Amino acid sequence: MLSNSKLKSIDDFYKYHNQVKEKIKETENVITVCCGTGCQASGSVEVLEALKEKIKTENIGVKVKPIVKSTGCHGFCSRGPLVILYPEGIYYQQVKLKDVEEIVEKTVKQGELINNLLYKDPLQKEKVSKAEEIPFYARQTRRVLQNIGEIDPFEIDEAIAHGSYQALVKALTSMSPQEVIEEVKKSGLRGLGGAGFPTGLKWQYCSSYPGEKYVICNADEGDPGAFMDRSLLEGDPHRVLEGMLLAAYAIGAKEGYIYIRFEYPLAVKTLHTAIAQARSLGLLGDNILGTDFSFDIKISTGAGAFVCGESTALMASLEGKVGRPRAKYIRSVEKGFRNSPSNLNNVETYANVPSIILKGWEWFAELGTEKSKGTKIFALTGSVNNVGLVEVPMGTSLRTIIYDIGGGTPKNREFKAVQTGGPSGGCIPKEYLDEPVDFERLTSLGSIMGSGGMIVMDQTNCMVDVARYFVHFLVEESCGQCTPCREGLVQMEEILNRITQGEGRLEDIDKLKDLGEVVGGFSLCGLGKSAPNPVLSTLKYFKHEYLEHIEEGFCRSGVCKKLFNFEIDPDKCTGCGLCKRKCPAEAISGEKKSPHKIEQNLCIKCGECYRNCNFDSIKPVPIKK
Amino acid sequence: MSECKCKQLEAQVDYNLLDKIIDEEYGGDKENLIMILQAIQKEYNYLPKDALVYLAEKLSLPISHIYEVVTFYASFSLKPRGKHIIQICTGTACHLKGSDKVVKELCSRLKVEPGETTEDGLFTIETVNCVGACALAMVSVVDGKYHPSTNQSEMNKIIEELSQGE
Repeated sequence: MLSNSKLKSIDDFYKYHNQVKEKIKETENVITVCCGTGCQASGSVEVLEALKEKIKTENIGVKVKPIVKSTGCHGFCSRGPLVILYPEGIYYQQVKLKDVEEIVEKTVKQGELINNLLYKDPLQKEKVSKAEEIPFYARQTRRVLQNIGEIDPFEIDEAIAHGSYQALVKALTSMSPQEVIEEVKKSGLRGLGGAGFPTGLKWQYCSSYPGEKYVICNADEGDPGAFMDRSLLEGDPHRVLEGMLLAAYAIGAKEGYIYIRFEYPLAVKTLHTAIAQARSLGLLGDNILGTDFSFDIKISTGAGAFVCGESTALMASLEGKVGRPRAKYIRSVEKGFRNSPSNLNNVETYANVPSIILKGWEWFAELGTEKSKGTKIFALTGSVNNVGLVEVPMGTSLRTIIYDIGGGTPKNREFKAVQTGGPSGGCIPKEYLDEPVDFERLTSLGSIMGSGGMIVMDQTNCMVDVARYFVHFLVEESCGQCTPCREGLVQMEEILNRITQGEGRLEDIDKLKDLGEVVGGFSLCGLGKSAPNPVLSTLKYFKHEYLEHIEEGFCRSGVCKKLFNFEIDPDKCTGCGLCKRKCPAEAISGEKKSPHKIEQNLCIKCGECYRNCNFDSIKPVPIKK
Repeated sequence: MSECKCKQLEAQVDYNLLDKIIDEEYGGDKENLIMILQAIQKEYNYLPKDALVYLAEKLSLPISHIYEVVTFYASFSLKPRGKHIIQICTGTACHLKGSDKVVKELCSRLKVEPGETTEDGLFTIETVNCVGACALAMVSVVDGKYHPSTNQSEMNKIIEELSQGE
């Protein structure tokens, strides 16, 4: 940070903004290393340290030494660690520690590109040297993710230089709280944590009740397969803080809380730093920028309970209690945290607010569909080539997301379904790939938008097992206070277990439907109400797989262990030996270049060979009786 | 029957340290109960009974309330955990790559159930609902370090390396 003293007026802020902008201009030669959770797991911190060391000790012979800094998650996690060299924007992927030497010697010193670190598009087969040439980035509309990967999330100066806190200044100097609410209302922004409730309307309700008010940020991103909130907090925390500040200004709150999963240690660390820096500059605390607006934010960490993503459970947890949801006869905007009016939004929702205030609602609403405006970030995972974060306008088709941006399924395996909305969502089959994605369309297909997890499934994924997986997840995470959810889900799990073990009965299908209706219709909170979705949607679109399990005792996907054997097709096997190397049970034998064979009594059916075979030669077959 | 080995692993509670966590870091505030528990668990790797009794007294909360909270949230452990904590992600993306099978094989190899500690106190095996690193599925977190693509063979390697270090 350039300064540690508080900015005492709006003028102070502008001066500071200009100073940090100048400072950033001076350092145009920059090497950034992505240090999001994904890249860190692939070894990016080691790469960063080695680069720093090498740059420091080498006499590079350029006037401005490149500085190496860490950034938040770029979202292209499957290609990490990512290293980008500015000002050219040279994009290196899957950089290993051993590549550091070459990067400095060749690229930094001589401007030469290192071919094997460049990204090769799986479709075009051409190597590209810049992020904007990579289809994964080129076809996205990165509004909320704009700064991520460019700024160092541990440096508030960089966020300010990139425009953070400008919207707050605009609101403080030229808008009344009601005008802020109107702007958000007109923009059509809806709750991006999954519920889709109009954000402006929620703010309006909350502001209308008397008493001490609270602004709460739901960062309890519990949906398995969703990580956009994590990346936002790790990469651009000030955008979220500014969104909360604007909400606080609009509804008249002095205190805010961020409730974040303890499973995200890096995001927690980033947030602590961001809040401390904002406080020291006087952007949080009493009399912000010399005005009479005061607001501060505290962090509270969750302890591993999915149900705490539900708003009333989250507020109970914030109070140090168990996270049991309550019936919402009285909404939490009237009586929530500490029995006071509380406005709760999700991370991504808050992150959208600064741009709406700064650029106006028209700018925001020009993208999207009739009822869902702006963009949505999806966490694209599962069986897809480009795993990562994808921000697209609402209404973009599933096909565009999965194929044009995601690069389709690996090894050309057959697409089976895409699961959206986590355990509360459903599986959408290929017939609907051209459907536009918005709140209403996904609901009509039997799924939900949810927080934005999008998990692609292919021929190696069993839909009965997927349903069983989600129901099992919810059985474990149900808080247990209402009977339909607590007991109904256990019954559903038992039936699904039976089917995947080969002991299913035909009447089980109707039983699952009946149970699903009871659980969905009579549970207390959103967890139970949406819990049957994974089962009902797979029953709707993949009933044939259920029937195959029950009637033929066969799992075509090679997942339900008792219902198949793996066999190698000798006509297709090239004898490359990959499966033999991957097999943890040493169950595969065969000479190089001749067809291999699986020893059935040694095979543990883990599926490593099946998923890794490049020649489609390994197939699940029914067990011969 | 021999006495349960976990008794030998139980920690001696340092009350000065507890005072520091409860009063200095969290202002002796009941609302911070969950974070206080996390801080204690970070210190001892689990929640020692003596610490919970002391905490109840300090915060003027019934011990039943603390017990309710501890047993509600998945991340708290009332039993001493092992020297190495192996968390296997069972989020959707990891599940689709077969993480449940890795958990099963690992547990049968080490003769424990998920959530339990091996008899020698070396390993605790836990499952965790998505660590949000889905691009690296299937992911495991070993003593806080993320490991990408930990299939059966990778997991075997990790266990062997850690065992050899003893």
